[in-house]
Amino acid sequence: MHEMSLCEGVRSVIEEAAVKNGFTGVKTVRLEIGKFAGVEKPALEFAFDVVMRGSVAEGAALVMIDLPGRAMCYDCLKEVSIENRLDCCPDCGGGKLMPVGGDEMRIKDLEVL
Amino acid sequence: MTQERLIEIETDILAKNDRYADANRAVISGLGAFAINLVSSPGSGKTTLLCKTIEMLGDQPLAVIEGDQQTANDAERIRATGAKAVQVNTGKGCHLDGHMVGHAMEHLSLEKNAMLFIENVGNLVCPAGFDLGEDCKVAVISVTEGEDKPLKYPDMFTVSEIALLNKVDLAPYCDVDLDLYEANLRRVNPGIEILRISARTGEGMQAWVAWLRDRLAAKPGAGV
Ligand SMILES: Nc1nc2c(ncn2[C@@H]2O[C@H](COP(=O)(O)OP(=O)(O)OP(=O)(O)O)[C@@H](O)[C@H]2O)c(=O)[nH]1
Ligand SMILES: [Mg+2]
Ligand SMILES: [Zn+2]
Ligand SMILES: [Zn+2]
Ligand SMILES: [Zn+2]
Repeated sequence: MHEMSLCEGVRSVIEEAAVKNGFTGVKTVRLEIGKFAGVEKPALEFAFDVVMRGSVAEGAALVMIDLPGRAMCYDCLKEVSIENRLDCCPDCGGGKLMPVGGDEMRIKDLEVL
Repeated sequence: MTQERLIEIETDILAKNDRYADANRAVISGLGAFAINLVSSPGSGKTTLLCKTIEMLGDQPLAVIEGDQQTANDAERIRATGAKAVQVNTGKGCHLDGHMVGHAMEHLSLEKNAMLFIENVGNLVCPAGFDLGEDCKVAVISVTEGEDKPLKYPDMFTVSEIALLNKVDLAPYCDVDLDLYEANLRRVNPGIEILRISARTGEGMQAWVAWLRDRLAAKPGAGV
């Protein structure tokens, strides 16, 4: 999987922020991860520790916040919340759902020193 | 003494990739070109499909970027048709990204109103998440892979505009239900277009080539 490349993305965003905001250490990194983003959390945690070595975020704690899965129902034309990617529409029971949210992979904020 | 503070970032993890992809997209649009990102599992027939497509497109200007972990085999197969091709080897990487494609484009001198075909690494998982600057993703899936693949790997089909159901010439030899295959594709992407094709026999290929020509013609700046 590509958890390594995701963490490299996190590292480069943090390094840009460090230059812009003038911090030299990061205590906590908070990510928002959608339910359908396909991110393997233990793999991401592992990759995070490895990739942050030698950066301002070396040794930082990683916090992952789950975001719900949302989809547009092509039958009742409503936006609904779903638990699993292949769930039917909780409102009308329809099976034609197009995800509209839940694939987020965002860096929310940093606690810095 | 150190002081802690909170810094709001609110940035996509793949923001850097997206910047490379946007730069590629600007180059492609500036030329009135049309780019597709071909995604699939290994061996679904992407290179065979491209060779056949190139042959059918005749004198349409085009170029190909081939992504594989190793070997230059696929770019060589494309060059044998007379088309321009660049091979990108991703090494340990399991997908192409915007940066790699940007560098590959530097070697292609893409013409005005050209079609750019990017064959991604055979992998039904992460290429879904990496924008390369293409106009759209095209999923190639073959009848021999099994009807349940769209349900098992939904993301790839959710982000694709069209699915090419390839190797239909083999359908009589497999216990495959093509209608169920299509229903499963629509289950994960109700808006997806589907074409049944055989890159080997040419069945359905006219419709695919017509789709490509329509999409190129619809690009602003094309036809100038
Ligand atoms: N019968 C049949 N075989 C096909 C068809 N399309 C491709 N093949 C065969 O499928 C095999 C794989 O084809 P490729 O074109 O190399 O597939 P690919 O998706 O480019 O493979 P990778 O780049 O390695 O992921 C080859 O043996 C092709 O001849 C088809 O429509 N019908
Ligand atoms: Mg190939
Ligand atoms: Zn509904
Ligand atoms: Zn990958
Ligand atoms: Zn570079």
